[in-house]
Amino acid sequence: MGFGDTIAALSSGRPPAAIAVIRTSGPQAKATAEALAGQLPAQRQATLRTLRDPRTGADLDSALLLRFDAPDSATGEDIVEYQCHGGRAVVAAILDALTSFGLRQAEPGEFTRRALGNGRIDLTEAEGLADLLEAETESQRRAALALAGGALSRQVNVWQSSILALSARAEAAIDYVGDEDETATDTGALRADAMALATELDEWLARPRAERLRDGIRVVVAGPPNAGKSSLVNALAGSDRAIVTAVPGTTRDAIEVPLAIDGIPLLLVDTAGLRESADPIETIGIVRARAEAERAEILLWLGETAEAPNHPHLLLIASKSDLGVPSAAHGALSVSAVTGAGIAQLLGRIKEAAISLLPADGEIAINQRQAAGVAEAAQLLRTPPDDLLLLADSLRSTRVAFDRLTGCAGVEDAIDALFSRFCLGK
Amino acid sequence: MYDVLILGGGHAGCEAAAAAARRGARVGLISYAGSNLGQLSCNPSIGGVGKGHLVRELDIFDGLMARAADGATIHRRMLNRSKGSAVHGPRIQADRTTYREAIAALVADAGVVVIEGEVARLRLDGGALAGVRLASGQLLDCRALVIASGTFLGAKLFCGLDERPGGRLGERSSLGLADQIEELGLAEGRLKTGTPPRLDGRTIDWARLERQPSEPPTWSMSALQQSTYLSQIDCAITRTTARTHEVIASNLERSPLFAGAIEGRGPRYCPSIEDKVKRFAERDGHQIFLEPEGLGTYLVYPNGISTSLPVDVQEQFVRTIPGLERAVIAQPGYAVEYAFLDPRRLDSRLSHGEISGLFLAGQINGTTGYEEAAAQGLVAGLNAAAHALALTLVTFDRASSYIGVMIDDLTLHGVTEPYRMMTARAEFRLHLRADNASTRLGQQAIDANCISAERRGVIEHRRTALRDASLQLDQCLRESDLVVGGGVTTRPLREWLVRPEVREATIAHLPSGSEMDEVVADAEYAPYLQRQRREWAALCDDRNVNIRPHFTYSAVPGLSTEMVERLTSARPETLAQAGRVRGITPAAMSALHFALVRAAA
Repeated sequence: MGFGDTIAALSSGRPPAAIAVIRTSGPQAKATAEALAGQLPAQRQATLRTLRDPRTGADLDSALLLRFDAPDSATGEDIVEYQCHGGRAVVAAILDALTSFGLRQAEPGEFTRRALGNGRIDLTEAEGLADLLEAETESQRRAALALAGGALSRQVNVWQSSILALSARAEAAIDYVGDEDETATDTGALRADAMALATELDEWLARPRAERLRDGIRVVVAGPPNAGKSSLVNALAGSDRAIVTAVPGTTRDAIEVPLAIDGIPLLLVDTAGLRESADPIETIGIVRARAEAERAEILLWLGETAEAPNHPHLLLIASKSDLGVPSAAHGALSVSAVTGAGIAQLLGRIKEAAISLLPADGEIAINQRQAAGVAEAAQLLRTPPDDLLLLADSLRSTRVAFDRLTGCAGVEDAIDALFSRFCLGK
Repeated sequence: MYDVLILGGGHAGCEAAAAAARRGARVGLISYAGSNLGQLSCNPSIGGVGKGHLVRELDIFDGLMARAADGATIHRRMLNRSKGSAVHGPRIQADRTTYREAIAALVADAGVVVIEGEVARLRLDGGALAGVRLASGQLLDCRALVIASGTFLGAKLFCGLDERPGGRLGERSSLGLADQIEELGLAEGRLKTGTPPRLDGRTIDWARLERQPSEPPTWSMSALQQSTYLSQIDCAITRTTARTHEVIASNLERSPLFAGAIEGRGPRYCPSIEDKVKRFAERDGHQIFLEPEGLGTYLVYPNGISTSLPVDVQEQFVRTIPGLERAVIAQPGYAVEYAFLDPRRLDSRLSHGEISGLFLAGQINGTTGYEEAAAQGLVAGLNAAAHALALTLVTFDRASSYIGVMIDDLTLHGVTEPYRMMTARAEFRLHLRADNASTRLGQQAIDANCISAERRGVIEHRRTALRDASLQLDQCLRESDLVVGGGVTTRPLREWLVRPEVREATIAHLPSGSEMDEVVADAEYAPYLQRQRREWAALCDDRNVNIRPHFTYSAVPGLSTEMVERLTSARPETLAQAGRVRGITPAAMSALHFALVRAAA
């Protein structure tokens, strides 16, 4: 069967670049490559070939060819990859030649969709792959790699077997009457075991979501007008330790700058100054700034300590230290956007706070969809009913929740959920 | 020419014959001996947990089992009474003779022609069933045939290491037909079942034993009144002893089970006594219920010591059991090994996928138990009549009946050991109760046009009575009316019923009656039923993705050979069913999902 047609897409970043990778997948991939490059190299052996446009006989480029035969390829189909020179015209000419053979430009996410469709990966692995492709930082990469490698599927299997063992005890007591000496069940012990499992699930839920890794930790800079917020944001973004990443921020009146400090993803948010204002537009900005402060995961406050909002991860900043403004309050960190004084210390403090908000190394981060499944299971197990029959039913529902989590049941829904966020041409 | 022929006069065969006849078919039932219709060949009891649910469902379609059981009841117990109402299991013990006579009378009343004989061959015309040839040479024509031959297909009896062909003690085995089944490639494998020795009740020391009286007759199996009822008698309880286990353990090599003579697999949940002794060596005793087989017989069925050990060992170990020291075995226990057909070849009508007009029901499909067999007989009979007379199909949904659960399990998963109904198999257990079969299936029974006017009246009357009972739950009650020191909070009764701490007090405010019991249970389970409906709805999209018959799984990219095999044998009809095929992995599910979406595009 298969997906039928053959797709092609530029799989590396936008040209110009030194090298571009064009990937083709489907039944026509090899025949097309032969028409362009002559006899194909052996599987999995990079070989240099001259690409010629068969319509004109003109040389297109010389490219490194890689061939993977179905079903042992990333998509489960025949794949040919062209590593060509990364100029815009080169890439355009090769793609044009490919489409002249009836190859279709791949839609966003289509290679992954084919991998999933051809049974190369399961749903949670696909989610991990999506994360991996979007990963900008080291911690994102590690978390995504664990997921793509099936770590969550394995963990869910472990939970499923624990629940099955509990179910078996409950069900034996229900279906085997007359054998009471055999199956007498202590509902109390069953409930205790269910609650212990709920505690374990709660620990997973208490971990930061994968989205935090993907979107970055929101570090909001707030304070009264002219406190030096924007200068501080620029100084932080311009610091050598912080790398401004390429994810386009939604530029509103709150300015968002994606950053990574030592591989930790952050989203630095600059806000309007907080004050009473008669200007309606400024007032809107201020309302948004307050909302931002509330959404902040780390809040940098540049105003009077007494006026600082209540926040679990609050860093007090005394800015403009170069102007000799005395340290605003006890505990506040003095920084200067102009001289750079204190910026390194501030980055260090932000990193410290951020680490506490991120999954520890080796932990599997789960995303919102997965968390919803785990939360449903935890909720069912946290307050197990006293009645044996209702308890058994809660255990059964828990198994259903886990099945939906791995995509063993409710496949349509799960796949819709996955592809609603899949927007990448890789 | 018959519209429908039935092969076999056991529980599946009799129900199938009567069900087809109720839909207007001309039905012939072929049996070795007409006098053996409705024989309770093992335990003289009907119902239980899960099984009782099946009997109540069968009854709504005017099935025979519940009515015959009520007229033959000599002892009754509602099992699981201490647990939630959804798993209450009505179980009765029947007078064996009265039961058999009642079934034979009901079959005759339905207009079924009983034909004594043995089927030697099925007659096929192209891919369709045309009739049968009897061993006598007589040819019978039919439009549909239900094979309900129970354990008789290629059956072997074992009593110790003695082995002889036969499906039930003193009866023959259908060898000729078994060969043809083999030729047609229908046979799947062999299963085993067993029965305990029957004791002479006059030699049991009843006075020494704990008595178990029958419950008062506050409930019955059928929703219809019976004309006569029998008097009730007690059972007794005893246990095996360490000495019993010694006798059995030292003779294990004389059991055909362990000597390797029996290859078929027996039910794990109904093991023989030698199995129990071997597998649970640490146990010092196993409970035995001594169940009288009837009012006019001295035979007693010792429930719990099914065995295929040689007769001398049976005599020896029985006498080590308290109360049975001088007991005489009237008929020895034995094991039966028989062929079964892979039910995954059947569709939800129990019709064979490749041979048009052929239906299979009962133990031949790998099930165990009278109730399981009878319920399949109903499904096959109703649909064999539909096939013969071009009537509407009658299929059952696992969300609304145990019958649906069983048919779905059998046709999707097949069997590896004899299939017995258990409530754990039903995901909608809280809804599938023995007390609400009429609500769940009443309309379907009316629509199937297979019930009497009296039955229809009972179904409709109950529906009205339930509506009235339900209205009473909308009345409001103050907390202080329910508990001493309660507050002024006022809620409808149905909401108080959900709270375990005031449930009993709320019930005390309501009149009693079976309709009230049903609506109270509905109210009590309401939050859980809602949860189940949400789960069911979540699978709705998957249920709408159909898999066409003969879908080629091997052409789905990415499915491993193992997954292809599992899916090919299970033949799921929808993606949701595929998700329930045993051992299917998430990756296989997504691969299948995409293949189906593509195939549909």
